[in-house]
Amino acid sequence: MLPATTMTEAGTRRIKVDALARVEGEGALDVGIRDGVVTSVAFRIGEPARLFEAFLVGRQFWEVPDITARICGICPIAYMLSSSQALEHALEIAVSEPVRRLRRLIYCGEWIASHVLHAAFLHAPDFLGAADAFALARRDPALVKTALALKGLGNKIMEVAGGRAIHPVNLRLGGFYRAPAADTVRALCGPLREGMAQAMDLGHAFARFDFPDTEVDYTFVSLHDPAAYAIERGRIVSNRGLDADVAAFDVHLREEQVKHSTALRGLTAAGASYVVGPLARYANNYPQLTTTARDFAEALGLGPVCRNPFKSILVRMVETLFACEEALALCERYEPPVPAAVPIQPRASEGHGATEAPRGLCYHHYRMDDGGCITAARIVPPTAQNQRQIEADLAQVVAANLDLPADALQWRCEQAIRNFDPCISCATHFLTVSLRQE
Amino acid sequence: MARSSPPKLAVWKFASCDGCQLSLLDCGEDLLAIGARFEIARFTEASRAVIRGPYDLSLVEGSIATVADVKRIQAVRRQSRWLVSIGACATAGGIQALRNGAAIADMVKAVYPRPDYIDALATATPIADHVPVDFALHGCPIDRRQLIEVIAAFLEGRKPNIPTHSLCLDCKRAGIVCVMVAGGQPCLGPVTQAGCGVLCPSVGRGCYGCFGPMEAPNPAALRPWLRRSGLDAEAIHRFYRTFNAGAATFRAASDDHD
Repeated sequence: MLPATTMTEAGTRRIKVDALARVEGEGALDVGIRDGVVTSVAFRIGEPARLFEAFLVGRQFWEVPDITARICGICPIAYMLSSSQALEHALEIAVSEPVRRLRRLIYCGEWIASHVLHAAFLHAPDFLGAADAFALARRDPALVKTALALKGLGNKIMEVAGGRAIHPVNLRLGGFYRAPAADTVRALCGPLREGMAQAMDLGHAFARFDFPDTEVDYTFVSLHDPAAYAIERGRIVSNRGLDADVAAFDVHLREEQVKHSTALRGLTAAGASYVVGPLARYANNYPQLTTTARDFAEALGLGPVCRNPFKSILVRMVETLFACEEALALCERYEPPVPAAVPIQPRASEGHGATEAPRGLCYHHYRMDDGGCITAARIVPPTAQNQRQIEADLAQVVAANLDLPADALQWRCEQAIRNFDPCISCATHFLTVSLRQE
Repeated sequence: MARSSPPKLAVWKFASCDGCQLSLLDCGEDLLAIGARFEIARFTEASRAVIRGPYDLSLVEGSIATVADVKRIQAVRRQSRWLVSIGACATAGGIQALRNGAAIADMVKAVYPRPDYIDALATATPIADHVPVDFALHGCPIDRRQLIEVIAAFLEGRKPNIPTHSLCLDCKRAGIVCVMVAGGQPCLGPVTQAGCGVLCPSVGRGCYGCFGPMEAPNPAALRPWLRRSGLDAEAIHRFYRTFNAGAATFRAASDDHD
């Protein structure tokens, strides 16, 4: 068990987890309770300082995708393609349809790899009272092997299209260094058909979990692409009527800094918390899922909107199935883009870009000068946007479960955070921050 | 080797993107084999379970970028029989080492509206700057086959078989036409350690040095080639200053003059 302290004195309790496990990066949790009322909730982000936005300034525009990839080893494609889109927007470059489809294919690979990693290895153990996937593997080796195979398939897609799964080398502004050969891409079709079956197996296994009965009235923010379930492009929409161009991100969504976190927290222009990620995409774009994916969702007991954050594990599996099916269609139709990339010349300009990282909307904004030197950079990762809502959820979870024993309540709080698959390495604006109590 | 209990494996994270420890989770069924041969005593990204040290094998990801981490790495070293730094952050400071030599206060101000809430060291430095390291595994990210080799070598009590020659040798072995000599593209292959699997030249791209310097590189001999392929002094400076900017030979090469 992780170091935790629960102090009880005159009706005061404190739940404190110094090193939150099974999340990507360094997070901690601190909840104060007095006389049965939650008095403070801090989901603290203490990831060491990395300062990307500062050291991107002065780099050449074409270097940005490779550098921003290093923000996150779990979702490098999200950073490479959001930054590429922003810089291509600045230079008014439209990539070819074959390039866009190849980008969508590699993004499907990242969704599969990231969703399966989180669902099976980080999230599922919570529902089974297991410390980790190693314990799970002793109990249910077939389940873990299925998950490993499916995770491996996501990686394989990224390797075929990008050269490697973590920090791929084959992506560049305007397209790819070299288009993968048609036969290597086509060879993914068989494994992808198996992948669809594996995603269903995992989803059905997870659907048997005992889910806490809770619903939260979330503001769901995601991209929406009229042509397809949004992954690599779209407008910013919400279930409260927001519908805006990516370039207007700042008009509708903003950030605030709080003492207990290195991540700047997201909120809407009206000052409300909001949620990005699988639940938001699913709610906003459900009609665009394939019939197979919608049928699968129904079989898992999901309606067109899921407001139970604990069931995000099921939505992730629906999206995993969708990503397999989508990747299959892209592989079947694949023709190597010619040319693999459009040539790009810099000029003084400004651009915005956003894509759907596995964890949700990932927004980038850059300015460059005539020589292509970056003069300003801004990156808003998904977990930072979710942080405020995560704290709101925690307060609700604690209030609803005050009668649980300390250990169980602590675990439930951890689980409430893991519902969001927080990627803390991404969420911080890349600095180490000292943690101070307000 | 008869043991009463399996060796304890610990995975530690400092400033990083998590990609190198993710390589461990990317080992597929080898991961389960590792789980069977070791007691996974501490792996926060993957497990709630924490078993007390000392640890037989510690894999350390990330660079040292905070005051607290300067102390934490000492504690990790004290508890670790064999300590392996994994990845460019741990072995060379990583991309965040670009802050080294810059005005940290200005950088913090560029990112945060309230810089006074933030406390960051002026430098991001490799693990070996702070504690003795038993083995350093290069790469941004590391190659998972090399990681398995390091772990296997530990179990067998031998030195890991990780080549320290340049990428060029592997590129020639793979039969790839030289992207620099024949293709005219700048390439750091001649000074970069092999091990990635010749990824960039395979897609017709010059190496960007993510595996860091090879043993005893000769950047002075490469410099005229980089100039010939179109890089000016400033571009060469940037070329060496990415994910292994803190590695001594790359740092020196980035500041060379013609």
